[in-house]
Amino acid sequence: MNEKTYDVGLVNTAWCPGCGNHSILNIMKQTLLELKIKPGNLVVVSGIGQAAKIPQYFKTNYFNGLHGRALPPATAIKISNPNLTVIAESGDGDMYGEGGNHFIHAIRRNPDITNIVHNNMVYGLTKGQASPTSEYGFRTPIQINGVVSEPFNPISTAIALDASFVARAFSGDIKKTKSILKKAIQHKGYAIVDIFQPCVTFNKINTFDWFKENTYYLDDSYNSTDRIEAFKKSIQNDKLPLGVFYVNKNKKTFEQNLKLHQQNNKPLFKNIVKFDKILKLISLGT
Amino acid sequence: MDDISIVLCGEAGQGIQTVEKLFTKIVKKAGFNVFSTKEYMSRVRGGSNSTQIRISSKPVSAYIDRIDILIPLSDESLEHVKKRISKKTLIIGEDKYIKNSKTNNKIEIPITQLAKSIGNIIYSNTIAVGLLSSICGINKKILNNTIEEYFINKKKELVKNNIKAANKGYENCLEQINKDKIKTIISPPNKKNDNIILNGVETIGLGALAGGCNFISSYPMSPSTGLLTFLSKHSKEFNIIAEQAEDEISAINMVLGAWYVGARGMVTTSGGGYALMTEGVSLAGMIESPVVIHLGQRPAPATGLPTRTEQGDLEHAIYSSHGEFPKIIFAPGTLEDGFYLTQKAFNLADKYQIPVYILTDQYFIDSFYDIPKLDIKNINNINHFIKTDKDYKRYKITKNGISPRGIPGYGNGLVCIDSDEHDEEGRITENSDIRIKMVNKRLKKLSEIKKEIIPPELYGEKDYKILVIGWGSTYHIIREAIENISRKDIAFLYFKQVYPLHNETINYLNKAEKTIIVENNATSQFSKLIRQQTGYEIKNKILQYDGSPFSVETIIKEIQKMRES
Ligand SMILES: Cc1ncc(C[n+]2csc(CCOP(=O)(O)OP(=O)(O)O)c2C)c(N)n1
Ligand code: SF4
Ligand SMILES: [Mg+2]
Repeated sequence: MNEKTYDVGLVNTAWCPGCGNHSILNIMKQTLLELKIKPGNLVVVSGIGQAAKIPQYFKTNYFNGLHGRALPPATAIKISNPNLTVIAESGDGDMYGEGGNHFIHAIRRNPDITNIVHNNMVYGLTKGQASPTSEYGFRTPIQINGVVSEPFNPISTAIALDASFVARAFSGDIKKTKSILKKAIQHKGYAIVDIFQPCVTFNKINTFDWFKENTYYLDDSYNSTDRIEAFKKSIQNDKLPLGVFYVNKNKKTFEQNLKLHQQNNKPLFKNIVKFDKILKLISLGT
Repeated sequence: MDDISIVLCGEAGQGIQTVEKLFTKIVKKAGFNVFSTKEYMSRVRGGSNSTQIRISSKPVSAYIDRIDILIPLSDESLEHVKKRISKKTLIIGEDKYIKNSKTNNKIEIPITQLAKSIGNIIYSNTIAVGLLSSICGINKKILNNTIEEYFINKKKELVKNNIKAANKGYENCLEQINKDKIKTIISPPNKKNDNIILNGVETIGLGALAGGCNFISSYPMSPSTGLLTFLSKHSKEFNIIAEQAEDEISAINMVLGAWYVGARGMVTTSGGGYALMTEGVSLAGMIESPVVIHLGQRPAPATGLPTRTEQGDLEHAIYSSHGEFPKIIFAPGTLEDGFYLTQKAFNLADKYQIPVYILTDQYFIDSFYDIPKLDIKNINNINHFIKTDKDYKRYKITKNGISPRGIPGYGNGLVCIDSDEHDEEGRITENSDIRIKMVNKRLKKLSEIKKEIIPPELYGEKDYKILVIGWGSTYHIIREAIENISRKDIAFLYFKQVYPLHNETINYLNKAEKTIIVENNATSQFSKLIRQQTGYEIKNKILQYDGSPFSVETIIKEIQKMRES
């Protein structure tokens, strides 16, 4: 493996110049390289949106599926072949809006996958409508009087559901985001990393500078195993904390809970049909 | 009489199903052939449900209206089946449930009192089994042995009491029979019956196992849930992942994820759940993923009649899902077809990388009968995925449109799939030349698929004048009707693959002077499909959409009417 391992040659990305997605792509490639994950052993599952295009731009197996539906195939891929590293990555609209139900249930199942959300607080691809994370008052051509619904808080939701790893990062900080992503990927169990990502075209409120001014990092004294503290931090919104909010290492993964994978991690494609047992069942009738 | 129809009618939660299960086992052991089917309300307690059990020395496998013996188990029972009661119907049961019947053809048995004398009214069901056994002239030994086997995992005390209960029912009824000089209506045939008893959903489940199914994700919805239950029950033994998804959208997307890494997955659902899956089906079309869909139909629109039957989702299955891509739809009409078609579905889905449907309905799913042991000697499965090399391209343009399917983690290549239009490597593109190539490639698979369409099967006279056409679960009903009519000029054409249609279809139709279609829906969806594909219009239609299956009698009556007109 070398610096080029994850490159796919010249790519003409569909992203605007200055968009936070470029930086996330860069961080992803560096993280995977440093973790020595082979592209052939990695599956990135994404939905539809600007963020969801990310697997197209680096070397990996990918399942670029439907809008909002990254988590179900990602979960199935992991349990059908536990030897693969599985990342589900998409935008805020995709994961929290269209796919909100799957978000809740992926956390409940706790498969060993990493869920990365490019949170630009807007629908980029469809040109600037409100997303579930858009702030109160955010005006768009549809929300002409500004957003009136409570913004969705993925961090507090995840902690409330006792997700096994919960973090928030900022695309503008390569070093820190890389370190958070590494922890998330190495974590055994479901890990959510919500990445603040400026959308230079459709979100003129939550800009690069806005994120810089309105965020701070949880410091070394912070204890990420304390769920109540983590919840308190997650609902703080005068300044938004970044870093790892919460880790619960005591949870079994979905794969571990499945009877099938308690003995070994044999992928399903190696299953052999047991005709003798079928014959026995047939002979029994009901 | 050599063919009797017994109907048990009572409230939900009374345990009629136990009687059905136990009694069908007993009569089969006694050498009879047996068929049973049920109709029930969408509630857990109360209401009126009924189960029909047909017993004969010849194979029986269709629903009939006629009731020879009725066992009412609730106040509403007589009213519930009153249209089906005739002067000949023998009614057996508690005084309070039978006293309102107008006929004298009845036997009073104090079932509850007998049950109480054994210690608990739960024994009422076994008492009913006992009295039915005596009416059918079944040897007591068979009765006792089967009960012992049936309750084998239960406490000794319970087994003993159940045997006691059955014997009380048996003797009490025998006494009445002798007193009222009622002859045993049917006697066991002088043969051994080595058949197995299965219901529709079990044959689909066994077919799935035989097809190598190792992944199912679904959301409960009547009448399709039984398949999820069946595969869950056997998941440990067969290394199957069986997951109850948060919704049907998740279910199908999970199954696509499973196929992507080489598993063999399926979903089971009904109309409303399938509606939620349709975007996922379209995704399967685009990413060229195999998927097997069991769609158990029930009357719709919307929630409709949740526990009843209809063939109303044929068009839904064919035309659902945006965009143009091939699919295959099977509609088994026999238990054997349920098994073999489901096994085949996995291999065809894998071979052509398309959705394959098993279209059933509540009647098919919930009906039991005995069949010879399914033969699995000649069954084999072919895994169509390949080991990839470094330059692997998932959507390589090939002559027949089928690109070899790689899976991640097997070989040196990368497997990239995209719900956007994509190039050979699976990368998003809007290049119009590539778009055209990819559409053509996906549709080209249809020419290959057409080479192995299962032809319709003809029953009855080869030189027919009247041709009756049916598909799926109506098979045995139509067949028995045709056999009953027994005229030299009539035949029945049965379709178990309803989409795409076989080329021979038009030849069969053209040969007839009169064609009659039989469908459990209101708009005759299959005849519309036939017309669209062949230009032939079937003018005579026997349609039923009240939520119940056709009865043999209805089909006979309607065919006779049409033959004369
Ligand atoms: C079922 C469905 N509904 C709507 C769309 C249209 N659509 C595509 S992406 C998108 C929202 C994108 O927002 P987000 O997920 O935040 O991604 P971003 O573009 O901001 O990265 C929508 C509504 C779709 N593709 N599919
Ligand atoms: S629209 Fe926004 S999110 Fe999409 S690429 Fe442009 S800047 Fe990035
Ligand atoms: Mg967004």
